[in-house]
Amino acid sequence: MRRAWLVVGRQQTSLSFRLDRRVPVWLLGLAGAALVASVLSVGVGEYPISSLDVIRAVLGLETGNPDHSFIVRTLRLPRVLVALGIGAALAVSGVIMQGLTRNPLASPELTGVTAGASLAAVVLLVATPAASVVALPWAALLGAVIAAGLVYLLSWRGDDSPLRLILVGIGLTSIIGALTTVMVTFGEIDDVARALVWLTGSVYGTSWEGLRALVPWMAVFLPAALILARHLDVLHLGEDVARGLGSRVELQRGLLLLTAAALVAATVTVAGTVGFVGLIAPHIARRLVGPSHEGVLPTAALTGSLIVVLADLLGRTLFAPVEIPCGVVTAVIGAPFFMYLLYRNRNN
Amino acid sequence: MTATSFHLTRSSPALSLGLVVALGVLLAVVIVSVLYGAADIGAATVWAALFSYDGSTEHLIIRTLRVPRALVAVLVGGSLAVAGAVMQGVTRNPMADPGLLGIEAGAALAVVAAVHFQGISSLAVYTWFALAGAALAAVVVYALGSAGRGGITPLKLTVSGAALTALLSSLTTGILLLDRRTLDEVCFWLAGSVAGRDLGLMLQALPLICVGLLGALLLGRKVTTLSLGEDVARGLGQRTAWVRAAAALVVVLLAGGAVALAGPVGFVGLVIPHAVRFFVGVNYRWILPYSALAGAIFLVLADVAGRLILRPQELPVGVMTALVGGPFFVYLVRWKVRR
Amino acid sequence: MGEICTERLTLAYDERAVVAGLDIVIPTGRVTALVGPNGCGKSTLLRGLARLLKPRGGSAYLDGRSIWRMPTRELARQLGILPQAPVAPEGLTVRDLVAQGRYPYHGWLNRWSEADEEAVARALDITGMVDLAHRPVDALSGGQRQRAWIAMALAQETKVLLLDEPTTYLDMHHQLEVLHLLRRLNREEGRTVVLVVHNLNHAARYSDHVVALSDGKVVAAGTPQEVVTSEVLREVFGVEAHILSDPDTGVPLCIPYALCENSNVRAPSMDSFAAPHTGHIHV
Repeated sequence: MRRAWLVVGRQQTSLSFRLDRRVPVWLLGLAGAALVASVLSVGVGEYPISSLDVIRAVLGLETGNPDHSFIVRTLRLPRVLVALGIGAALAVSGVIMQGLTRNPLASPELTGVTAGASLAAVVLLVATPAASVVALPWAALLGAVIAAGLVYLLSWRGDDSPLRLILVGIGLTSIIGALTTVMVTFGEIDDVARALVWLTGSVYGTSWEGLRALVPWMAVFLPAALILARHLDVLHLGEDVARGLGSRVELQRGLLLLTAAALVAATVTVAGTVGFVGLIAPHIARRLVGPSHEGVLPTAALTGSLIVVLADLLGRTLFAPVEIPCGVVTAVIGAPFFMYLLYRNRNN
Repeated sequence: MTATSFHLTRSSPALSLGLVVALGVLLAVVIVSVLYGAADIGAATVWAALFSYDGSTEHLIIRTLRVPRALVAVLVGGSLAVAGAVMQGVTRNPMADPGLLGIEAGAALAVVAAVHFQGISSLAVYTWFALAGAALAAVVVYALGSAGRGGITPLKLTVSGAALTALLSSLTTGILLLDRRTLDEVCFWLAGSVAGRDLGLMLQALPLICVGLLGALLLGRKVTTLSLGEDVARGLGQRTAWVRAAAALVVVLLAGGAVALAGPVGFVGLVIPHAVRFFVGVNYRWILPYSALAGAIFLVLADVAGRLILRPQELPVGVMTALVGGPFFVYLVRWKVRR
Repeated sequence: MGEICTERLTLAYDERAVVAGLDIVIPTGRVTALVGPNGCGKSTLLRGLARLLKPRGGSAYLDGRSIWRMPTRELARQLGILPQAPVAPEGLTVRDLVAQGRYPYHGWLNRWSEADEEAVARALDITGMVDLAHRPVDALSGGQRQRAWIAMALAQETKVLLLDEPTTYLDMHHQLEVLHLLRRLNREEGRTVVLVVHNLNHAARYSDHVVALSDGKVVAAGTPQEVVTSEVLREVFGVEAHILSDPDTGVPLCIPYALCENSNVRAPSMDSFAAPHTGHIHV
């Protein structure tokens, strides 16, 4: 009988896991696509640079033009790397939230978690305008965790009701949004346009400093998500089944939620609220590799990276020289997708 | 099922008297709204500004800023509350609200798009675009919410409205970022505020809102019947399709007119009908006039509070209504809706 | 091995005690059926035995050890539970679902071994799901779906299997399919099976031991012949019934024909039928 799974490292007892056969193929494909999109994205701009020269400049080779190295490595590369990073982080937190709530509509922005993170970040910025980029994610994490806890407490009534969770999230988002407006008014953040860009999510003008703020969080919490994947698989079957299988439900749920909140917090502080990536990417990943989370998590991460890089690229080229923040692009794509999901789940 | 229980069946005389009382309260809060503001102006001066105008700065402030502001709040609050009440009755959805269901976002996008593409800068034309946008959004959200088994359900309709709102408002943001001129043009309007509207704009929207209010009051009895359910209403001989169409027109007129005046202001249409129903029961002949008065009172008070809380800063009235309405919405979802 | 008993077990939801001070022994290596009217506490008891519900007092014991003192994974290797009407995530294949049954055997890094592979293959084989292994669970018929879930519980390789109304929502054919499978598991593999069933005739036919519960208390326990009697039916369900004997197997068959005059069976609680006038919105 043909094995249905790809089992890695089965001889040693120390490390072994099982993957859907489709996973490696798609991971390779998506990684390749994300790489191509990144190279294209670095090349596009007021000063176009050919793909070959982009690659040369990134690798530190001579391109024949002394400006290339500066434009690519200092100006454009960090932006694309941040786009890759927040895409992956948002997608993974979306996978976790959808798995935990067994709700195909759950995602950080629809449940108010993103809004909570940005409120906390705005509060910190207003309270101490000199707050460093390193402190921001911690404030955002606190906000995200509080929002996640609230939405969970307020929507849980001993049953799984996907729509109730979303509705509580909507209500919470509008309250938090109003509070954010209060803070912006109070803090006299006078440049309306700039505040608007940040609140709608953009990787505009990201420097290496932003990337450095993002990387430690990704380095801790993306592997954490992978390690927790098998618990997520079991929780995805429902609370009772998970308990019956010996899962310590409260502990696992808490760890997973913390992971999702931390990833969202890191993205919010670097790029604001880039919406709907956490909703779309998990669905695409599940379509590609089936619902087992050990496969879905990395696949969704790469899908998310690809989406954000492409959204940023589109936002810069569609109406050039005017830039549309990638958050607007993802929302314009994501909201109809959300409606489609609603339509598909209409009979549940 | 339409929502809140009512424990009291009040007699018509009592309810009529209540309307008079509510009217008195409205008058009182309007006076308060005119009296309080950034500049300290005494009651006597206010009185003089209204009845023996002498052209001084203080009189000018009262006449061109404070009075229009209070009147705009009255109009917008009243029409949003009535629009919400009609929507809740007709769709039997306790969570219906022109803001939550994307109708206000539709009106806002239409206005912003008009300013951007047509270069329209006259506030007067805002009204018509707002109406068109509201109508389009209403049709889309109704179609989305009624797809699938079981037809239109409160949860489906509300979530569809949220999705539509997300789409429309991101498009609005996109346009605003594309076009700095449009942003400057509509920025003050888009925040959902009743400040800085002149009487001319108000007069523009006034006929629409009046027609909408009149239509709503005439529909009252039919909405009560329809709120018992489509089948029951048909069984009682109602031509439900016509009632629905008329109700939709009323909602579009009221919500479109309100948005044209004040920009998107959320949750008034959600909160007020519930509060009103608690006092007057389930008969829409009474719910609708009470909603109009209560909505007006609520928005005037919200505006006054927005001016006082962070003095000298002003909070847009849309923020105030969201701070009150958001928790109420969560309460409805959490404790009042069962699957 | 695999003996379950309870001692003064008290189970409650919020403030309402559903089972109070219950002592019960489940015979090892047999099929036990829990029967009783709606709200009598049979599902609650099962949840208490499986550690899904924390007791207010007393405890349940597995082989003499309190289940609340055992590490979760160890318990999950000895006792499997299939809750009522579980729902599989969209697109999950039968094989993937059954593989989840191996969860209690995995650690941080070693997540799949030869033993896991064999357990899954065996579970699929016993339940006759080999040919359907690649199909998504949500695309199966009700009976096949229930078999897939039972296969998952089997892959857990536990001595004890608890099932909460495994035949609910199934038609007659699929009900028998599931009950046959459960009895075969007991007869061929010697597993202790405890199930909650509504149909008394099914309980009598497919179990060795029947426990009749009413209002959280055991009214009768024993062989089907001892429990399925007119007296017990009157007391537990509040119905008058003829008891016949199955011509093939000799197990009792009941045919209810009337309600008791002075039934002490309480009417189903009205909480579960909240009417619109309570102010709740039914969606």
